[in-house]
Amino acid sequence: MTAFFKADDISISFGGVKAVQNISFEVGKGEVFTIIGPNGAGKTTIFNLISLIYPPTTGRIFFEGTDLTGLAPHLVAAMGIARTFQNIELFEHATVLQNLLIGRHNHRKTNFWQEVLFTAAARAGEVAHREAAEEVIDFLDLQRYRDSYVAGLPYGVRKVVELARALCTKPKLLLLDEPSSGLNTEETDDMAFWIDDIKNDLGITVLMVEHDMALVSRVSDRVLAMNQGQMLALGTSKEVQSHPAVVEAYLGKEPEKQAA
Amino acid sequence: MRFVFKTDYQQDIKLFKHPGYYPWYAALAILLLLAPLVLPTYYLSQMTLICIYAIIAVGMMILTGFTGQVSLGHAAFLAVGAYTQGWLYNKGVPSVVAMGAAVALSAAVGVIIGVPALRVKGIYLTIATFSFAFIVEEVLARWESVTGGNSGLKVEDFYFFGIDIAASEQRFYLLALAFLVGVMLLAINLMRSPMGRAFVAIRDSEVSAQSMGIHLARYKTYAFAISAALTGFAGALYMHKIKFVSPEQFGILASIEFLMMVVIGGLGSLHGAIYGAIFMIALPQAISIAKDYLPAYIGQQTGLQPTVFGLILIGFILFEPLGIYGRWMKIKAYFELFPFYRNAMFKRQKTYMKSDRLK
Repeated sequence: MTAFFKADDISISFGGVKAVQNISFEVGKGEVFTIIGPNGAGKTTIFNLISLIYPPTTGRIFFEGTDLTGLAPHLVAAMGIARTFQNIELFEHATVLQNLLIGRHNHRKTNFWQEVLFTAAARAGEVAHREAAEEVIDFLDLQRYRDSYVAGLPYGVRKVVELARALCTKPKLLLLDEPSSGLNTEETDDMAFWIDDIKNDLGITVLMVEHDMALVSRVSDRVLAMNQGQMLALGTSKEVQSHPAVVEAYLGKEPEKQAA
Repeated sequence: MRFVFKTDYQQDIKLFKHPGYYPWYAALAILLLLAPLVLPTYYLSQMTLICIYAIIAVGMMILTGFTGQVSLGHAAFLAVGAYTQGWLYNKGVPSVVAMGAAVALSAAVGVIIGVPALRVKGIYLTIATFSFAFIVEEVLARWESVTGGNSGLKVEDFYFFGIDIAASEQRFYLLALAFLVGVMLLAINLMRSPMGRAFVAIRDSEVSAQSMGIHLARYKTYAFAISAALTGFAGALYMHKIKFVSPEQFGILASIEFLMMVVIGGLGSLHGAIYGAIFMIALPQAISIAKDYLPAYIGQQTGLQPTVFGLILIGFILFEPLGIYGRWMKIKAYFELFPFYRNAMFKRQKTYMKSDRLK
């Protein structure tokens, strides 16, 4: 049986910097899989490899048995992979609703002429897109921000809007790049609930990069730890956190006992 | 203050979001339709030019205001439209068919110039479009068998579906107005449907537009093609309006004017396109009227008009980046909320965080 998502020995180097080296992992359907590691470990680079923003130097990425490497980047969304960005990449000069509607781009069924003449099909399409966006707004409690411009929203709300936009694409696999960064404790709590709901209620597989270990242990089924582009450990959150290589990466080596 | 209480999805898509707009737009329509009865021919002719410029501005707005691709070569598209129209019309092709050809050819040229746009961005794209306009200008001057070279191209009359439009300014104005309304409707439809939203997405963040499944190259090409097609269409009308075109009308100054039109009107709004066009036609008139009242040592200076234009542009960029439309929104809000309007109402928080853009 083919894995739902599989990264097979992927590496990429930028000049002399080996950002990601020979990483392999599989994500099962319905799983929450987290990648952790210190800054510069290559976590976001893996996301960018999956989004095909960079082509991997070696290795392949499979999603539902299809080889993603070599595809055009815009096709990733159509395959059913959506993502959020670490530093929030929303469409600032548009309202929340418009942002979510852009997330529906893959579900566009009308062509240029139908849209320009705004035929019945285009009208029906617009209503359908709005219905779908409304479900997500309801799911993430964004009602009161629906018509606000993103440029005026606080950071925590933007983070949720970005998650909402990703959900609007109706993904099978959701890539979350540091969903809790910049959020306060309460918002992080909400995020944890939503990730659980996304997994359990919407049945979407989540692959995330996260630093907040409390959130990681709360929601993740499995955790991959990496440092300087290399894989350190893979297992449950508990196993990984107590793995000696991981402890060393975060805290440094225990000083050797001085021989008395 | 108008509150829109949304009770169904159709409300979002409506042309007029609130019934309060009906009387105002109706009044505007009546005024515009009455204009030919009351205005003297000269002013009516300026109104016709405003309509034609507004079509160009809508084209510019789609490319620059909505898709975020700054072009300094739009005079070239206008030229392609105008010369195609003039040449075909003089060959005896009916004006409607010639217009279709002018639009199609401009769109095709737009696609051609759109292709480098997929590789370069920002200031580099602007330079690419700029040099493209130079090439077109040069071609117009040299390809004498078709364009008439530097001595220009003339059309004598303008029959549209058998009606002699050129015979009366009233007819020309009504035709141009009808075309402008049509173009506006198409543009509004475009901007309220997925393709228009994809343009806005590309403007605001290419990397996330791509991750939403938007094919950057294809949509940028679309934006160029649509923009060029509209500008070419305006060019076809321009040909008949001016009756005589020559390469120097389509130089860099014209392109800068078109860009100014959307910046001053207000980037990112279709209203802004219209305001920009009105401004661009009305200001030179205002200046030439003002000249008579100014002391001779100012009024008779040769560079008066460019200087005033430049000052106004600088003023807008410094104080009202959203252009006339932005200012209009503020005035409207001031009166709707009176006396609760506050200066900070339209201030937006600046964000400095941006992840790496697609290079």
